[in-house]
Amino acid sequence: MLTDKDMLSEVEIEEINQELAGVPVKEAAGIEALKIIQRHRGWVSDESLRDVAAYLQMAPEELDSVATFYNLIFRQPVGRHIILLCDSISCWVMGYEQLSSQLRQKLGIGFGQTTADGCFTLLPNPCLGTCDHAPALMIDNDLYRDVSPEMLDEILGKYK
Amino acid sequence: MKPLTGHIKADGTPLTLAEYEQLGGYQALRKALRMSPQEVTTEVKNSNLKGRGGAGFNTGMKWSFVPMDDPSAEKYLICNADEMEPGTFKDRWLLEGNPHQLLEGMLIAAYAIQASEGYVFLRYAYKTAAKGIRVALAEAERAGYLGSNILGSGFSLRMHLHTGVGRYMCGEETALLNSLEGKRATPRAKPPFPQVSGLFGKPTIVNNVETFSCVPHIISNGAAWFQSLSKNPQDGGTKIYGVSGKVNRPGAWELPMGITLRELIEEHAGGMRSGYRFRGALPGGASTDFLVEEHLDVPMDYGSVAAAGSRLGTGTVVVLDDRTCPVGFVHNLEHFFAQESCGWCTPCREGLPWTEKILRALENGEGRENDLDLLAMHAQALGPGKTFCALAPGAMEPLQSALNYFRKDFEQHIHEKKCPYGHTLH
Repeated sequence: MLTDKDMLSEVEIEEINQELAGVPVKEAAGIEALKIIQRHRGWVSDESLRDVAAYLQMAPEELDSVATFYNLIFRQPVGRHIILLCDSISCWVMGYEQLSSQLRQKLGIGFGQTTADGCFTLLPNPCLGTCDHAPALMIDNDLYRDVSPEMLDEILGKYK
Repeated sequence: MKPLTGHIKADGTPLTLAEYEQLGGYQALRKALRMSPQEVTTEVKNSNLKGRGGAGFNTGMKWSFVPMDDPSAEKYLICNADEMEPGTFKDRWLLEGNPHQLLEGMLIAAYAIQASEGYVFLRYAYKTAAKGIRVALAEAERAGYLGSNILGSGFSLRMHLHTGVGRYMCGEETALLNSLEGKRATPRAKPPFPQVSGLFGKPTIVNNVETFSCVPHIISNGAAWFQSLSKNPQDGGTKIYGVSGKVNRPGAWELPMGITLRELIEEHAGGMRSGYRFRGALPGGASTDFLVEEHLDVPMDYGSVAAAGSRLGTGTVVVLDDRTCPVGFVHNLEHFFAQESCGWCTPCREGLPWTEKILRALENGEGRENDLDLLAMHAQALGPGKTFCALAPGAMEPLQSALNYFRKDFEQHIHEKKCPYGHTLH
């Protein structure tokens, strides 16, 4: 019979154990454990969440209350690439609205949605901290600055 | 003089350990380790370094609240690198360009409070900085600046990098502690203050990136030198100022503390773009009161900006121009604050979305006569002392000052039943 613990991969358990070594109570490793799961699986499913909670000896509801607090822990499946479009004040002043409508039109999706081919998930995001080069967006680990609607085709093309 | 940024490379790539050492790096740490912890704290206190995260509290004073009577007691030192105040992009420069300067500042601070564990709490979006800090931590450890018995002094410090998973609340000192403990980033009641009971209930100091980056220079050159960098000795040092919006050269610059808003916008940011006029500015991020034309000659130091009715905050200015609707501008800010409210206390959780809805209605020409009274009521009900933390009071600062300085714009939206700037929100 499989126990809850068996549902986590060996690599995931090894990585979570490393985090547990540095904290005085197990629940303190919760966020790191969720990040580990997301790195390996792309998102955190109900089953994954339950398994991590069991491993950390937490109630699943307790861990879910943490998971759902943070906007970059994904509790729904996401596309292969995550687009974070900055919607804060400097970007808004410098052309966010036009950029946002063009981007949604090109992708054919709204915020919080994933393109039909599973390539992109589009998310609104507060200030990316590059306000002198507004408007800005991030795709995965890549930051794009001074973005105009005309640049979108080329930028998106790199990830298709 | 630009002690914090003068040596940062033009391409922004991080200084290596060897490069940093060649510039005198880690000499301040050597000097601090020959001083007593008390002497280090006193020197920093006397320099009048004030917290660069926005609150502006005397840094050495903050350190002096850590109980030092039990030398074996565990203590923590944390760098708040969760730069998420909209309009703020100053710490990114320091984090990416010179991570060793930050680590040296943290090491000296950790020695002053005799902390044994240090954390850099870095926001998720700063991927380049994360890479640079990881390299710097490894370099510092190899060179004996970090770890056990640092440079033979008997002092030991372990340092960790924690990358966040979002939420503006993590920048609030006690919410940050909760997040590091694996919890929701909600604020804690104060007292007890973190200096006495912080991370895992142990004495903890949390300071901003720019604050720590000043520390090696204070120790190397002395408190009096640091004060002399400023135009106002009450607020020591240089300051990293930034400007964004419709100016010719948006950017960040390290300048003497206390230069005027006019100098900043007209000289450093190259003035307003052609076709745009200056209408007002948030002097230090989204949660500061507007300053307007009559304030252009206000020195940008903590005391002077406060006397003008606002806060220096992070010192990164967001400019409102005459072709951008102030109601739409404030709506964007309140949308942000409503979204980022952690929901812990009622005035903030309920009041901010209400504020956002009223502003949205106004912008779309659906405002009602008593809406401005309702907004003013919120500015009171969500003000200082009415909520658990500073998020909601901060959110009310741009709103209350906009109601004051741009009242005619608000009224026009109601009477004309449309945005006079032709803007609508979807």
